[in-house]
Amino acid sequence: MSGVMSSLSTPGNVVVSRRAVTEAAWLRGLLIALALAFLGVFLVVPLVLVFQEAFSKGWQAYLAALTEPDAWHAVKLTLIAAGLAVPLNVVFGVAAAWSLTKFHFRGKQVLITLIDLPFAVSPVIAGLIYVLVFGSRGWLGPWLEEHNLSIIYAVPGIVLATVFVTFPFVARELIPLMQEQGVSQEEAALTLGASGWQTFRRVTLPSIKWGLLYGIILCNARAMGEFGAVSVVSGHIRGKTNTLPLHVEILYNEYQFAAAFAVASMLALLAVVTLVAKSFLEFKHQRDRERAAHAAARQEVS
Amino acid sequence: MSRNRVIPGFGLSLGYATLYTSLIVFIPLAALAASGISLGAETFWAVVSHPQAVASYTLSFGASLVAALINLIFGLLVAWVLVRYTFPGKRIADALVDLPFALPTAVAGIALTALYGRNGWFGQHLESWGFKVAYAPAGIVVALTFIGLPFVVRTVQPVLEGLERELEEAAASLGANRWQTFRRVLLPALVPALLTGFALSFARAVGEYGSVVFISGNMPYRTEITPLLIYSKLEQYDYAGASALGMMMLVFSFVLLLAINGLQYWSLRRRGGG
Amino acid sequence: MKFTRFFVVAALGLALSSPALADREILNVSYDPTRELYEAFNKDFIKHWQEETGETLVVRQSHGGAGKQTRAVIDGLEADVVTLALAYDIDAIAEKTGKIPADWQKRLPNNSAPYTSTIVFLVRKGNPKGLTDWDDLVKPGIEVITPNPKTSGGARWNYLAAWAYAKQKYGSEDAARDFITKLYQQVPVLDSGARGATTTFVQRGIGDVLLAWENEALLAINELGKGEFEIVVPSVSILAEPPVTVIDKNAEKHGTTDVAKAYLAYLYTPVGQKLAAENYYRPTDPEVAREYADLFPEVNLITVDSAFGGWREAQKTHFNDGGVFDHIYQPR
Repeated sequence: MSGVMSSLSTPGNVVVSRRAVTEAAWLRGLLIALALAFLGVFLVVPLVLVFQEAFSKGWQAYLAALTEPDAWHAVKLTLIAAGLAVPLNVVFGVAAAWSLTKFHFRGKQVLITLIDLPFAVSPVIAGLIYVLVFGSRGWLGPWLEEHNLSIIYAVPGIVLATVFVTFPFVARELIPLMQEQGVSQEEAALTLGASGWQTFRRVTLPSIKWGLLYGIILCNARAMGEFGAVSVVSGHIRGKTNTLPLHVEILYNEYQFAAAFAVASMLALLAVVTLVAKSFLEFKHQRDRERAAHAAARQEVS
Repeated sequence: MSRNRVIPGFGLSLGYATLYTSLIVFIPLAALAASGISLGAETFWAVVSHPQAVASYTLSFGASLVAALINLIFGLLVAWVLVRYTFPGKRIADALVDLPFALPTAVAGIALTALYGRNGWFGQHLESWGFKVAYAPAGIVVALTFIGLPFVVRTVQPVLEGLERELEEAAASLGANRWQTFRRVLLPALVPALLTGFALSFARAVGEYGSVVFISGNMPYRTEITPLLIYSKLEQYDYAGASALGMMMLVFSFVLLLAINGLQYWSLRRRGGG
Repeated sequence: MKFTRFFVVAALGLALSSPALADREILNVSYDPTRELYEAFNKDFIKHWQEETGETLVVRQSHGGAGKQTRAVIDGLEADVVTLALAYDIDAIAEKTGKIPADWQKRLPNNSAPYTSTIVFLVRKGNPKGLTDWDDLVKPGIEVITPNPKTSGGARWNYLAAWAYAKQKYGSEDAARDFITKLYQQVPVLDSGARGATTTFVQRGIGDVLLAWENEALLAINELGKGEFEIVVPSVSILAEPPVTVIDKNAEKHGTTDVAKAYLAYLYTPVGQKLAAENYYRPTDPEVAREYADLFPEVNLITVDSAFGGWREAQKTHFNDGGVFDHIYQPR
């Protein structure tokens, strides 16, 4: 892209800048081949296996596995859990990244590390901690039981566990990006008289939108795919507290391997939907930029 | 405390972030600590220093470290290729990167075991060359690499996309070759993101349970990870013992993550100063 | 912020978890190998109840590892009935929650076990290694597949069956301990659960013999590979009595005591017994048992109570931390 742009504006620099922004063809080829080989071995082959197993009993069996009422209920519950966990963690992630990158204060590294911690907590423990707090022998258990509220072994517990395991994604995606960007742009906007909210919306948000998008995609993918922690707090009640990953486990344990892999492949496809959305946004973004570049070039010519 | 007084929202954003962190992470983890501490110092130590537990820490942390290093190197490579080059199928490759998150870990474990098992597509060749992957520590590394793969790619990608090409052009016009530009200009800018990605994929690997139990074989002292030990404590209704092991893992991870975050902070400061 | 979030979550949860007003609902919390049995049984029971009372019932099922399921009930999963693997697990519910009386096991016939099972060997077609009894399993080069008794309830039965055999044959605890040590040295993979072990044996093609519940072995043969596997019944095995009970306090709270009691009683009727047999559990009703005698060969069955002094003892001596099983494996 920028090679094209610089050749439009300053033809004299072409040789220097081409060499500057890319590598020799053989090296490029080698790097692409290496990256693809890595992705191939670690992602494509396992995925092919999943789809092969999913279709091992034919199309009909595949569709039957996906249209079963319990599967639908699991889809619904998974979407609810992800639909609540993702926005909650987005608001938190932006707030945390803002405070951690735009200001200096003591204890910053500790807070960042605390944000990372849910990743390091084993799913077994992630479930256990909520049992210890909300379980009938836990800190809040007796109170909840008295008021006839259920958190664990019900939907709120599933949402909480999902929030916990996806907690760091958005924040962690934004922190390095906003660190890289510094504060000068915001400071300039503020000196020019913009309000805090305007500055955030007009200056910060556009510059972090890709990071935010990646954060949301990762957070969403993980929210839909989480098994371990949710499994501890779900109670596994068929047609009631089963999410898609738990449904996969049930099918697998019923020796319905094809159906289990079919539902798993659907989870993979759900993740792809978010990626298609991302690609679309990227495409639009690129087109807007190209239009702007063309307009600029035309102006220069005239 | 705050240096940049011009920028508003410090109290609100930090306050909210701290409150939310406390509710979701800190208080539940305090319950874990309380449960572990209820054992008393002596029993606690006996549980966490048992040879079987120690062997499992070595395995869990060792395998996670290897997996995170693999992801560091290949994650940078993949991110670089996806951002800088165009090639057929690039969008598909980009889309695939997030799959390890979407696939339930148990499915990943089953699929990988099927691939690397004695009669699997890879396993049959590897075993004939004398490499045992499934039901050996190597299998654990494979599973952990899989589940941590998106982290480095997805933290480096946005930073790489945001980098101004002018810097590289300037370096080149000053006579730097491509490798020098990469090492002196690009790499320093990527270090924070790389460290973040490394820390995240490491942390995620340490706690992983679902995919590993299928491929590891779970042999005591050899292929038994710490989360499995925690699970077997729970089977004996030994919540306190399970909490003690869980705390041990958390403390290790916390120290490691703190060190990595400190390193990142230091590299940023050094760059800012220089 | 915190409160809005809490209420949104709570409201959504309540909206989703409150049952439809019209139909009463009971929750049966069970363990892994009973999925097929209760799927069939629930259908039948719902029909039966409708015919008897005109009421449309909803029976919810929850399956998982036996220990995990028990913990869920202890920590607040509101099961109306539990149908678990061991009396030890239900004892834990009685002891830790007080929701059922300590003598719950006396409330239904046969120690509250409507059906029984035992541990058998599943071998590959034609039994190529010629395995006929426990002694053959410790011969050099034989690979035995059994899950980890620390994490799997089924694996504990396998272990105890082997121990009971060795003790009977060689006469002493020490000899039994040697036998068990040798047996576990032949195990290349300790899966975390019983069904994982079955998959390792059947799908991955690892091992010469799988130690399994009789019902699991029969199911595996019929579901996964007719003609690819055979069952070998050892000379001595263990009598597994998976018990059932109503969780009184939960059923009272839900107003479902009558349904819960009828549900379990129905397991003991000829219809329930036949369903059990069709799902490869040994029926306790002698008449139904005679009908299905071909399916279930006679075995010399030892009970946990007689050989190990009950589950509590067995768990403590063999499987808890520092128990016999932990001593089989030595640090490298």
